[in-house]
Amino acid sequence: MTASRRTWLRGLAAAGVAALVSACDRIAGDPAVRAGLRGAERLNLGLHRVLFDRRTLAREYPDSAISPDFRANGSIDPADPAYRALAAGGFADYRLVVDGLVERPLSLDLAALRALPSRSQVTRHDCVEGWSAIARWTGARLAPVLDQAGLKPEARFLVFHCFDTLDPEAGEDGRYYESIDLVDALHPQTLLAYEMNGAPLSVAHGAPVRLRVERQLGYKHAKYIRRIEAVADYSHISGGKGGFWEDRGYEWYAGI
Amino acid sequence: MAHLVAFPGVDAAAPHLHGPVQAVRPFALPQRLRRVRFPGGYVLTPDPASSDAEAARRPGPWTRLTHALIAASVFLLLPSGLQIFNAHPALYTGEVSRFDSPWMEIGARERGEAMQGYLRIGGREFDTTGVLGWSGPPGAAEKRAFPAWATLPGYRSLATGRNWHLAAAWGLGLGLTAYLVTGLAGGRLRRSLVPTRAMLAPRAVLADLAAHLTLRLPEAGGYNLLQRLAYLGVLVLVLPAMIVSGLAMSPAVHAAAPWTGDIFGGRQSARSAHFLGACLLVLFIGAHLFMLLLHKPLRRLRGMTLGERETRP
Repeated sequence: MTASRRTWLRGLAAAGVAALVSACDRIAGDPAVRAGLRGAERLNLGLHRVLFDRRTLAREYPDSAISPDFRANGSIDPADPAYRALAAGGFADYRLVVDGLVERPLSLDLAALRALPSRSQVTRHDCVEGWSAIARWTGARLAPVLDQAGLKPEARFLVFHCFDTLDPEAGEDGRYYESIDLVDALHPQTLLAYEMNGAPLSVAHGAPVRLRVERQLGYKHAKYIRRIEAVADYSHISGGKGGFWEDRGYEWYAGI
Repeated sequence: MAHLVAFPGVDAAAPHLHGPVQAVRPFALPQRLRRVRFPGGYVLTPDPASSDAEAARRPGPWTRLTHALIAASVFLLLPSGLQIFNAHPALYTGEVSRFDSPWMEIGARERGEAMQGYLRIGGREFDTTGVLGWSGPPGAAEKRAFPAWATLPGYRSLATGRNWHLAAAWGLGLGLTAYLVTGLAGGRLRRSLVPTRAMLAPRAVLADLAAHLTLRLPEAGGYNLLQRLAYLGVLVLVLPAMIVSGLAMSPAVHAAAPWTGDIFGGRQSARSAHFLGACLLVLFIGAHLFMLLLHKPLRRLRGMTLGERETRP
C-alpha cells in the first residue's frame, strides 16, 4: 500500500468515525429522546417513595470524619450587587422571605432564624460530578419554619430563589433557584443551614443561608437563599423545570 | 480443520493455493505453540455428564431476549458512564474524596508549547496524550479524560450522560434479573454454566488452560471450564456488583440501605469499584467477541439473536 493511499484510508476512517459519533450525538442529545429517557427519573422517584420510609435519615458521621478539604462548587463568590451589599454589611440587613401559598408570609433576619428550632448534623455531601465530602451543618429545621408560615393546602413544592447569577449570559434565567417537594421539605434533616463546621457559613459555601436536603445530590442544596416560595406547580418559573440545573437537562429528582 | 474459523470462501479454496492448511487460520500461532500436548494425553471431548450439551449451545428464547437487553444496556452504560466519569476524572478510596490523594487520576498539563494528557495510578504516571486527558481533532483538541469516541454523547454533557446512564441501568437491572430468575428456575444456569465435577479435576483444568492458550478449542459439547467461570463470574459477581455499587452512589439509596456503600468500604470506594468493574466488563466483552470470531461467528451470532435452525446444514 502506498503512503498516499494509506493517508487517504486513514482520513476516510477518521471521517467515518466522526460521522458516526456525530450521528450518535444527534440522537443522544435530541430533546424528545432525552425527555423519553427521563421516564427513568419518574420511575426512580416513584420507587424510592414507595420503597423507602419518607423519614429515613441520611447517615450521620462522627466529627472525626469531617473533610478538611470540602470543595465549593457552582457560585463561590456572587457578583450580584444586592448580594455584595448584604455581604459588605455582614448580612445584618439580610431577610429571608417565606411567601407564596402560605397563610402568614414571613420575613426573618438571621437572629430570628437562629431563634427557631435547630438541628446540627454531620452528613456527607455528594456532588453530581462524583466526589463526596463530609461536614457538620447547623441550621433551622425547615418544617417548623413552614408551620409558622402555615402552608396552604394547595402548596406542593417549595421554590428556593437565590441571590447568585450562575449564568450571566442567560439574564434573569441565569439566576440560581431550586425546588423540592413537601416530602423532602418536612424531612427532619432538611435545614436552612447557617453554620458549617461550627462557624458561620462562608461566602463560598452559600452565606448566609443555604439549603441542606440530605438524600439528594449537591445541586439541590441551594446556596445564598433569598426567598422561599410555596407553589402548587413550578412550570411558570424561569425555564420551568424546577431548578437552574434542571433547566439545563439535569434530573429534578437528584436522589440518584 | 473443523474448529478453525471459517471465513466465507476460504474453506472452499484448494489448500495448495494457500500453502499449508494452517495458513488460512486467521489467528495463526507459532508452530511450536500449536504442538503443545495436553498433559497426560488428556483429550478434550464433549463432557459426557452434560447430555444436553448441544442444547446448551442453542440459546432459548429467554436467554436470547435477556442477552439482547443486557447487551444493549451495557453498550449504552459503558460510554455514558465514561461521560459521567469525565465530570470528575479521579478515583478515591473510603467514604469521601481526599482531593490531594486520588489513587487514580486522568488530567492534562502544559508541557512546553504543547499540552500533555496523563494517567496517574498510584505514584506512576503515563503519558496518554491523544487518548486520555487531552484529545480531539488537530487544532481542536481539548482537556477531557476519555476521548469523544468513547463517551456518550461525544461532546461534554454530564446531564445527557446521566439521562442515558440512569435509563439504561433499568435495562440492565431488569434484563439481568430476568436472566437469573429464568436461568435458576429452569436449571439452565446450573446445567450449562456451573462447572461439572469432571471439569474441576486438575488434569482437566490444565487441559482446558492449554486448549485456551493454543486456541485449540473443541467444537462440540457445552461450555468449557474457563467459559463457564467467565460467564458465571460476570453474571453473578461483576454485573450484580456494578448494580450495587451504582446504587451505593445514590444518596437516597444510601440513606435507606447504607450497606450498599459499606460492603465496598465507602461511597468513593464504591465509585472506584464501579469503574474497575466496568474495566472488567470491557475485558470480558473483548474476549467474548474474540472467542465468537474464532468459531463460526455468523452461526453463533444468529443463534444468540434470531435463534438457530433446528436442522443443521
